[in-house]
Amino acid sequence: MTTHYLVLSALLFAIGAVGVLLRRNAIVVFMCVELMLNACNLAFVTFARQHGNLDGQLIAFFVMVVAAAEVVIGLAIIVMIFRTRRSASVDDANLLKY
Amino acid sequence: MPWLSILMAVPVLGAVGVACLPKGSHKPAKQLALLVSLVVLGLTVAMAVQFSPNGQRFQFTETHSWIPAFGVNYGLGVDGIALVLIALSAVLVPIVILASWHDTDGPAPDGRDDAPAPKRSAKTYFALLLVLEAMMIGVFAATDIFLFYVFFEAMLIPMYFMIGSYGGVQRSYAAVKFLLYSLFGGLLMLVAVIALYVVAEKNTFMFPELIGVVQDPTTQKWLFAGFFIAFAVKAPLWPFHTWLPDAAAQAPAGAAVLLVGVLDKVGTYGMLRFCLELFPDASKFFTPLVIVLSVVGIIYGAIVAIGQTDMKRLIAYTSISHFGFIALGVFAMTQNAQAGATLYMVNHGFSTGALFLIAGFLIHRRGSAQIADYGGVQKVAPLLAGAFLIAGLSGLALPGLSSFVSEFMVLIGTYERYAVPAIIGALGVILAAIYILWMYQRMMNGPTADSVKGFTDLNGREKWVVAPLIAAIIALGFFPKPVLDVINPAVDKTLDSAQVLDKQPASTAAEKKGAGQ
Amino acid sequence: MESPVEIVQHTGGAIGYSWLMIALPLLGAAILLLGGRRTDRWGHLLGVAMSLGAFAVAVASFVQLLALNPGERRRGIELFEFIPGMADLGVLIDPLSISFALLITGVGSLIHIYSIGYMSHDHDRRRFFAYLNLFVAAMLLLVLSDNYLGLFVGWEGVGLASYLLIGFWQFKPSAATAAKKAFVINRVGDFGLLIGIFTIWTTFGSLAFRDLGADVATQASEGTLTAIGLLLLVGACGKSAQLPLQAWLLDAMEGPTPVSALIHAATMVTAGVYLVVRSGAFFEAAPTAQLVVTIVGVATLLAGAIIGCAKDDIKKGLAGSTMSQIGYMMLGAGLGPAGYAFAIGHLITHGFFKANMFLGAGSVMHAMNDEVDMRRYGALFPVMKVTAVTFVIGYLAIIGFPLLSGYYTKEGIIETAMHHNPVLGWLAVLGAGLTGFYMSRMVFMTFFGKKRWADDAHPHESPAVMTVPLIILSIGSIGLGAFLVLGNRFATFLAPAVGTPAEMPEPHVFGVGPAALATLALVAAGAAFAWMRYGAAEVPVTAPRGSFLTTFARRDLYGDALNESLFMRPGQWLTRLSVFFDNRGIDGLVNGLAAGIGGTSGRLRRVQTGYVRSYALSIFFGAAVVVGALLYVGNM
Repeated sequence: MTTHYLVLSALLFAIGAVGVLLRRNAIVVFMCVELMLNACNLAFVTFARQHGNLDGQLIAFFVMVVAAAEVVIGLAIIVMIFRTRRSASVDDANLLKY
Repeated sequence: MPWLSILMAVPVLGAVGVACLPKGSHKPAKQLALLVSLVVLGLTVAMAVQFSPNGQRFQFTETHSWIPAFGVNYGLGVDGIALVLIALSAVLVPIVILASWHDTDGPAPDGRDDAPAPKRSAKTYFALLLVLEAMMIGVFAATDIFLFYVFFEAMLIPMYFMIGSYGGVQRSYAAVKFLLYSLFGGLLMLVAVIALYVVAEKNTFMFPELIGVVQDPTTQKWLFAGFFIAFAVKAPLWPFHTWLPDAAAQAPAGAAVLLVGVLDKVGTYGMLRFCLELFPDASKFFTPLVIVLSVVGIIYGAIVAIGQTDMKRLIAYTSISHFGFIALGVFAMTQNAQAGATLYMVNHGFSTGALFLIAGFLIHRRGSAQIADYGGVQKVAPLLAGAFLIAGLSGLALPGLSSFVSEFMVLIGTYERYAVPAIIGALGVILAAIYILWMYQRMMNGPTADSVKGFTDLNGREKWVVAPLIAAIIALGFFPKPVLDVINPAVDKTLDSAQVLDKQPASTAAEKKGAGQ
Repeated sequence: MESPVEIVQHTGGAIGYSWLMIALPLLGAAILLLGGRRTDRWGHLLGVAMSLGAFAVAVASFVQLLALNPGERRRGIELFEFIPGMADLGVLIDPLSISFALLITGVGSLIHIYSIGYMSHDHDRRRFFAYLNLFVAAMLLLVLSDNYLGLFVGWEGVGLASYLLIGFWQFKPSAATAAKKAFVINRVGDFGLLIGIFTIWTTFGSLAFRDLGADVATQASEGTLTAIGLLLLVGACGKSAQLPLQAWLLDAMEGPTPVSALIHAATMVTAGVYLVVRSGAFFEAAPTAQLVVTIVGVATLLAGAIIGCAKDDIKKGLAGSTMSQIGYMMLGAGLGPAGYAFAIGHLITHGFFKANMFLGAGSVMHAMNDEVDMRRYGALFPVMKVTAVTFVIGYLAIIGFPLLSGYYTKEGIIETAMHHNPVLGWLAVLGAGLTGFYMSRMVFMTFFGKKRWADDAHPHESPAVMTVPLIILSIGSIGLGAFLVLGNRFATFLAPAVGTPAEMPEPHVFGVGPAALATLALVAAGAAFAWMRYGAAEVPVTAPRGSFLTTFARRDLYGDALNESLFMRPGQWLTRLSVFFDNRGIDGLVNGLAAGIGGTSGRLRRVQTGYVRSYALSIFFGAAVVVGALLYVGNM
C-alpha cells in the first residue's frame, strides 16, 4: 500500500541523480540535489508509516535542516563563483583537479 | 623522586618556554635552551651518582597505568645500559646546542642562491632540539614496550623537521627518506608489539614481565623479525643503511650528531634489550645471519667511506662500519663483546659527534662539505686540524682513545666464540686507518688552498664545544672502568635472560680466571 | 737450560715510581700541545727536561734492580684497572724492559738535545718536541707494560707519534703521504698482532706476561702456538719494517732527521724484536714460527743491504741499513735464548751507532742546505771534523770493525746462527759483506773524494748542542759492544727475563773461527770495492743508469710497485665499485621503489578530472555497487 510512495521516491531520486550528472548549470544541479534529498525524505516518511514508528519522520526533519544549511552555503558559493567567473557552469570550475 | 619523569619534563617545559619567547628573540632562545640542557645534564649526573650498579636490575622505576583497557603502562626505569645511553644524550645535547649557535643564522650551509630560502627560526630549532632530548631520554628509559614504541616513533618527528627545515640543499629528499625508512621499520615493530601482547596473554606491555613468555619457536622467529628489522633500519645495518648518508649529510651538523650519535643507538640498544631477551631462541637462530650482516657492514661501510668525496657522507659511512661492530658485539653473546658493544655506543657518540661538529665548523668557514675544496688547513688553523685529527683517530680506534677499548672488547669477545667473523671484522681497523687518514691528508695537509687561507682557528665557543668531547674521548680511552662497571652487571643480566649459559666460552679462560681470583 | 723467573709484586723504591718514566714525557707532550704558542719560548727545554727526567728514573730503577738477586729481578707494579676482567695497566721492570728503557730514554734524551739545534729555525719547534715526548712516552709504555694490552696501546701510540713526526712538515705532500703510508702499513702489522692477542686471550685466558711463562707449551697445542707466533711476527714485521711490510721505512725518511734517528733507527723499529723476545715462550714452543722469524730476518737483512747499496739519498741509504740491521736482530731473536742476548745487545749497540750516524747525516744536511743527495757531497771531512770523525766511528761499528761495538754483537748473532743452521749463518755473513760495501760507499761519497757541492753550499760544523750528542753516541759505539758481550755480561743480566740457553758460548776478544774470519774478509773486500768505485774514482753528479740490478735496488726491490699492483689498484677499483653499487644498487633499488610508487600514483591521480559530474557519476556507481552487493548478500 505504501509501495506507490516508494516508487515515486525512487523516480524522484533517479530524476535528481540524472539531473546532477547531466546538467551543467550549478543552480540546476543544486536543485537536483535538493530533489534527491526530498526523495529520500519521502522514502523516510513512507518507511515511518510502514513500520508504525516515528524514526523516519525524525530523520526527515534532520535532512530538512541539513538541506537548508546546505542551500545557504551552497548558494553562497555559487553566487561567489558567478561573481568572479561570470559563469554558473559546473564544468567551467574544474580547477580542483590533479 | 621520579628522576626519569623529571628528566623528560624539564626539556619539554624548556621547549615550551623557548617556543613561547617573543618573535625574533634568537639569542634568548639559544641561551634558554642551553640553560635547560645544562640543567638536564646536572640532573642526569645527580641521578647517575645514585645508581648502584650491582643493585636491582631496573632502578628509578616508575609505573603508572596509562591505557588500562590494553594494559599499557607509563613504565620507566634504567639499568646500566640505559643509564649510560641517557648520560650520553644528556652530555651531547648541550654541546650540540653550543655548536649550533650560528647554524640558524644566515643562509643555509652550502646553500645555493637559487635554493629556496629555508625557514630559519632559531626558536623552533632549539625547541625541537629540547623536545628531541626528552624523547631520547624517554626511549632509553621506557620499560613498557608500548611506551618504548611511542617514543621510538615520536622521536622521528623533531628530527624530521630539523633535517627538513634546516638542512642542506637536498634536505627534503633526505628528510623524507629518513622518515619513510624509519616508519617502515617502525610499523613492522608495531605489528610485532601487538602480536607479542596477544601471544603473551598477560594483558601487559611491561618488558620485565614479558621476558621468556613467548615459547613457540616459530612465533619467536616472526616476532624477532619484526623487532629486528625495525632496529636494523634504525641502527642502520647493511643493507638498510642508505638513508643515513643522505640524512647525515643534509642535516645541520648538530642534528647529525644527535641522529648518528644517539638516535641510531636506539637500534642497537633495542637489539640488545628487546630482541635478545624477549626472543632468545630466535636470536640464536638468526645469529649467523646477523653476524654476516654486521661483518659485511663493517667492511662495506669502510670501503664505501674511502670512496666518498663529501666529508659528512664519509663520516656517515664510517658510522655504518662502526654500527657493524656494535651489532657484531651484541650478537656474539659473550660478556666482553656485549659490554664492548654497549661501551661502543657511548664512545661512538663522542667520537663521531666530535667529527661531525668539527666538520660543521669547517663547513661554516668554507661553505662546502666537499673534501676537495679544502687543503692545508693545518697550517692556518692548527687547533681545528688537531681536534679533527684526535676525533678521527678515535674513529679509527687508536689505543688511548675511547673507541679502541670498545672495539677491542667487541672483537676479542667475538673471537671467543666466532673467530672468523672477528678476524674479518678486524680488517676494518686497517680500512679505518685509510679512510680517516686519507681524508685528513686531503683536507688538512699539503699546501694551503687559496679558499682556506682566510680560515680562523677555533674561537672560544668552538673550543668549549670540542674540549669536553676530546676530554671524554681521552679519559674513557685510558680509564673506561667507571663506565664498564655500570655496564657489566647489566650485560650479565641480559645474557642471563637471553639464556646464554657459557658467557666466556673459552673453557681454559674461565678456569684460569677462577684460579687467579 | 733455565726459564725466566717469576714476576713478583713490587713496592717502594725507584721501581715503585717507574711509571713516572711514562708519565713525565706524556705530561710534557700534554703541556706543550695544550699550552700552544705560550710555550714556544721554553717548550724545547721542557721537552728535554721531561726526557732527561725519564732517563733519571730509568737509571734509578736500573740501580735498584741491580741490587736485587738475579732471581728477583722481575718486578711488577699495578697501576690501575684498564679493562675490568681482562687486563690492567701495569709496569714490569725486568732486565729486558729496563735495557730498553735505558736505551730509549738515554738515546732519546741525546736526540732531544740535538733537536734543539737542528730544529732551531723551525717555527713549530715546540710541536716537534711535544711529538717527541709523546713518542718517548708511548715507546716506554710499549716496553714497560706488563701485559699485551698495554703493549698494544704503546705499540699503536708509537705508530701515532711516528705518523705525526714523519708528517711533521705536513705541508709537503710527499711527507703527508709517507706518514699515512707508514701508519697504514703499520696497521696491517697491528692487525696481525691484534689477532695474535685475541688468540692468546682465548687460549690462555690472560694477557699478562706473568701468566704466560714457559708453561704455555703445556696449555696449548703446537698448532695454536705456531699460529700465535706467526701472528705476533706479522705485527713485528710491520713495526720493524721486515719483509713483506718493509715499504714504509724508506719513505719515512721524509721526517726531520732526529726523528729518523730516534724512531726509525734506534727505538721504534726495534719494537718488533722486543715483541719476539718478550713472547719467547710462544716461539720456543713453536719451532716452525721460530724458523719463519729467522727466514724473515735473513731475507730482510739481505734486502735492506741491497737497497742500501743503490741509494744516493744519504738518509735512505741509512734506512736500508736499518732494515738490514734489524734483520740481524730478528735472526738473533728467532734463534731462541741463545740468540736473545745478542739480538738485544745488537739492538742496543745499533741504537747508538745508527743514531750516531743519522744525527751525523742530519748535521751534514744542516750544513749543506738540507741537501740529501750524496752525489752532491764529497770532501766534507776537512770542514766538519767532529761530525766526520763521529760518523766514521759509527761506520766502523756497523761494519763490524774488530773490537768496536757492532763487531761483538753482530758476530755473536752470526756465530749463533751458524751453530743453529749454516745456511742462515752464511747468508748473514754475506749480508755483513754487503754492509761493508754500502756503508763504505756512503762514507767515501760524503766525506772523502772531490767536492761536488751545489754552488750555494757553504758547509760548516754544527753547533755544540748538536755535536756533543754525536760525541757521546760515538763513545757508546766504540765501547758498548765489548762491555756487553765480553764475559757474557749482558746475557747473564738478561737471563732472568728471557731464560738461558742450554750452553752459554764463551765470547772471545777477537774471534778466529771460520765465520768470523770470513766475515772480516768479506767486509774488507766490500770496503775495498767501495773505495775503488767511490773513493778513488770520480763520482758522477747525476746517477748513471746502472744495470738491472741497480735499478732493482733503487726501486726498493719493487716493493712499492708490488704493493701498488697487488693492493692499491685493486683496492681503488673495489672502492669505486662499492660506491657505485651503493649509489646505484642498494640506493637505486630503494629509489626505484619510491619512483615506482610515485609513477603509479601519478597515473592514478589523472582520475581526478575536476568535473564535478564525473565525481558524482563515480559516487553513483559506487553506491550502486554497494546496494547491489548488499542485495546479493541479503538474498544469499
